[in-house]
Amino acid sequence: MSKTFTLDGREIPFETGQTIMDAALAAAVYIPHLCHNPEFAPHGSCRVCVVDIGGRQVSACTAAASEGLVVDSSSEAIQATRRAILQMLFVEGNHVCPACEKSGACQLQAVAYYTGMLAPHFTHFFPRRPVDASHPDVIIDFNRCILCELCVRASRDHDGKRVFAISGRGLESHLVIDSPSGLLGDSSFAAGDKAAHVCPTGAILPKGRGYETPIGERLYDREPISIVGDVRAHEEEVV
Amino acid sequence: MAEKPRVATASLCGCFGCHMSLLDIDERILQLVDLVTFDRTPLTDIKTLGDCDLGLIEGGVANAENVEVLREFRRRCKTLVAVGACALNGGIPAMRNQFSLAECLHESYCGGIGVHNPGIPNDPEIPLLLNQVHPIHEVVAIDYFLPGCPPSADAIWTFLTAFLEGRPIAFPYTEIRFD
Ligand code: SF4
Ligand code: SF4
Ligand code: FES
Repeated sequence: MSKTFTLDGREIPFETGQTIMDAALAAAVYIPHLCHNPEFAPHGSCRVCVVDIGGRQVSACTAAASEGLVVDSSSEAIQATRRAILQMLFVEGNHVCPACEKSGACQLQAVAYYTGMLAPHFTHFFPRRPVDASHPDVIIDFNRCILCELCVRASRDHDGKRVFAISGRGLESHLVIDSPSGLLGDSSFAAGDKAAHVCPTGAILPKGRGYETPIGERLYDREPISIVGDVRAHEEEVV
Repeated sequence: MAEKPRVATASLCGCFGCHMSLLDIDERILQLVDLVTFDRTPLTDIKTLGDCDLGLIEGGVANAENVEVLREFRRRCKTLVAVGACALNGGIPAMRNQFSLAECLHESYCGGIGVHNPGIPNDPEIPLLLNQVHPIHEVVAIDYFLPGCPPSADAIWTFLTAFLEGRPIAFPYTEIRFD
């Protein structure tokens, strides 16, 4: 008989070595996440996958599943913690959703909707961050980067290029590009790279298209992320 | 019969889209005027604010007059609602926060494309700009937040009817959007 743990009252089977997130994904139970993508090694940085196990808060994407755990992923207390984390992500960057091409198909937005976040609550940082439009096919808007390192992992582990890295510490942390000028256009990055297709926000976007799907018909207009899942699974539809 | 609740609305640094969305409730506006009395609002053109039960604020805080109006609404309204992206997070006007005020003024009135008779206006009637555009919750306490650019007419209606009937306020999934 396979081993199980309990997630919001449901028995979830797992194999040794799986995380709580792995097992939940396999059982088609949604735990919100931003920096996690099962194609890459877990990073555990965004913390929106926080769950409660016996009064301890852990990130579901890095915590090992184990026999008999009782995991809370849906109480109001856990949703409130996630909301606060999301509110911090929003005020640390510049997220002008009405002007963002990714809006409606953005995982950051969708997870915020899922947790019932209505407003940013905290004081906005309004940081000054550049937009890099130097590449012929792809634009990077650092205002929308949440430092999830998905592009870093994709470029390093899949594309074999290491185009991206995070530099600096704490508030100074920011995404950097490996090229003599620091610009994407001078790097080895290509639109066909995996790294061009993993960003959960509107930080990395293809050029020459945008706002293609009318408001009301976009991915997360129709149904919540807990039902339709990650945006990358719908790339054909939304790009 | 008890007096009807008094409602006031104001647009700070916004585009009036949220007021347009309020008008977008269409014929339900007849129901609304039966339910409430409008105090100061661009819809009535009443200029002074009385004591109100509900204040709806569109737009962020970008100049000295916005601060004054917002503080007066907070003093006079029992319940204050931030309506729309600009009120919630500064919205499109806050995109100027990427630049210094001097750079913005220079671009608009001195060095920008198509500027004739360059010179920064300094008429005392013009409210002084703040260095940055701020969401309204950074200036006064806010009771409810209604996101959207603008919030849909249905979202506004859901809020108003629930609020006026004293019901808990809850929105269907499709009514909450940040854009
Ligand atoms: S990346 Fe997402 S949350 Fe950020 S501005 Fe764009 S749509 Fe909004
Ligand atoms: S650019 Fe996108 S994928 Fe890369 S770290 Fe920022 S948010 Fe994550
Ligand atoms: S998804 Fe687990 S920490 Fe980001």
